[in-house]
Amino acid sequence: MLKVLKSGFYSTIQDHGRFGYREYGVPSSGAMDLYSSQFANTLLGNEGDSTVIEMTMIGGIFQFLKPTLIAISGGFMSPKLNEESIKQNTVIKVNSNDILSFGQVTKGFRTYLAVKGGIKSHSVLKSKSQYSPITKLSTISIGNILKYKPHYGKFLRPNASVKYEASILSDSTLEAFAGPEFNQLSKHLKEFLINSEFKVSKYNNRMAYQLEPLCNNNLNSIVTSPVLPGTVQLTPKGNLIILMRDCQTTGGYPRVLQLTEKSINILSQKAAGNSLKIRLKD
Amino acid sequence: MKYNLKYSQYNERSILIEWQAIIDENILKSILNFKNCIQKKCIKQKVEVITSYNSILIIYKSTIDNINDRFKELRSLYRAQKFVSNVQSSIWEIPVCYDMDFGTDLHQLSKEKKLTISELIQLHSEQVYTVFFIGFLPGFLYLGGLHPKLYFDRKTTPSFNVKKGSVAIGGQQAGIYPQDSPGGWYVIGKTPIKLFNIRTDPPCFIKPGDKIKFRPIDKSEYFDIDERITKSSFQLKPVRTDA
Repeated sequence: MLKVLKSGFYSTIQDHGRFGYREYGVPSSGAMDLYSSQFANTLLGNEGDSTVIEMTMIGGIFQFLKPTLIAISGGFMSPKLNEESIKQNTVIKVNSNDILSFGQVTKGFRTYLAVKGGIKSHSVLKSKSQYSPITKLSTISIGNILKYKPHYGKFLRPNASVKYEASILSDSTLEAFAGPEFNQLSKHLKEFLINSEFKVSKYNNRMAYQLEPLCNNNLNSIVTSPVLPGTVQLTPKGNLIILMRDCQTTGGYPRVLQLTEKSINILSQKAAGNSLKIRLKD
Repeated sequence: MKYNLKYSQYNERSILIEWQAIIDENILKSILNFKNCIQKKCIKQKVEVITSYNSILIIYKSTIDNINDRFKELRSLYRAQKFVSNVQSSIWEIPVCYDMDFGTDLHQLSKEKKLTISELIQLHSEQVYTVFFIGFLPGFLYLGGLHPKLYFDRKTTPSFNVKKGSVAIGGQQAGIYPQDSPGGWYVIGKTPIKLFNIRTDPPCFIKPGDKIKFRPIDKSEYFDIDERITKSSFQLKPVRTDA
């Protein structure tokens, strides 16, 4: 078990999300940066979709009540074990009563903490990902006790051939498919979308990221249609909204682009003010 | 009737199939039939099949290797299917209390539409609605069949907190809020029926293609049903189910 001494700015329990329930209006959820969460799990020899803790912008402080192995991947939040700095993207042994602490993110935006065997929590609609009101709680908070199976075994040497692709944190070009309504855009607007430099607005969370500046939109709303994480919507006011893991299942704004899976991970590591470009996938 | 469908790749593991962009019951039938075929055909692969007014989105669990092969498969599947509907549909009667305490926008709507509140209630509860799809929120039913006299543009500024169970109208549609949520539709009543339940699989008992009627109830019946639901001694049964 581990005890949450401080939860950080916005920390949630995530796996790969819900599959099979979008037709009932249930968001997929799941780790925002699936690459990094999966990487941390792989280091520990966990299943890729094992349950991890996702921390956003400012990390938490956790006390381990039983020995285990952990791995940290994604954004860099200066992790410390009992006040000593520790490395990311490797396996770390923790003992009973060890305290793991994170600070403010200095690279990327979201950090993943994986525990050997995964966090054991209650599954709702075949996933442990927190999303209220599907799950009772929307985040973890101070005093929460998270369960895991203690691991008393020896230190586990991580497979040397797996290397963390740090470009996930530094890349600023998002690759996208043309969306269903892309071809209804004026030539000018198409060029604007793929030639401009955008900035992540302060309106960014697990549901959606808004970009700045506004575009001159010439499209009307559409008949309510399916959307997915990574769908880029263009509102009548000219706002570009990129839907993320907790997004609704349907929407009425034109879907001008669709980010690739990798680009959703890249965007998940961006914070307000970060610059972005969009490139159309060949 | 066969439609001219448009197939396109949506992302690495999804395909979008589009019908003409109109709201039409025959298109709904065609979509639901095709969905049924896809689910039967793909039972071994892991897929999610999502429908809306005029499209199907197929999400595969793994990356699509050859998109043209998938298109070809789907096209021949569509051609081979019979138009005869083999999708079961039910009729549900949803009790609604149109009390002013619940129908928080009844008064404004009555003024704007120049209808008395009892006329509004009558127009709303006399229609038979069709469930087109579920979206927006877990268990939110998109209902077609609103009486044209009740067509009304959505609020320009959404209400901050629409209560769970609120029965509302927006544009040319009717709906029921399955959870507390911000919302831009006009609330005219409330139902004690729970439309979404995480403990059942599937979590929604009403499905696209089903029909819905609203039955006006008074406040005491509302609280009676509400209490019986809390005690698990109330289960809404379909009025009729057609094969």
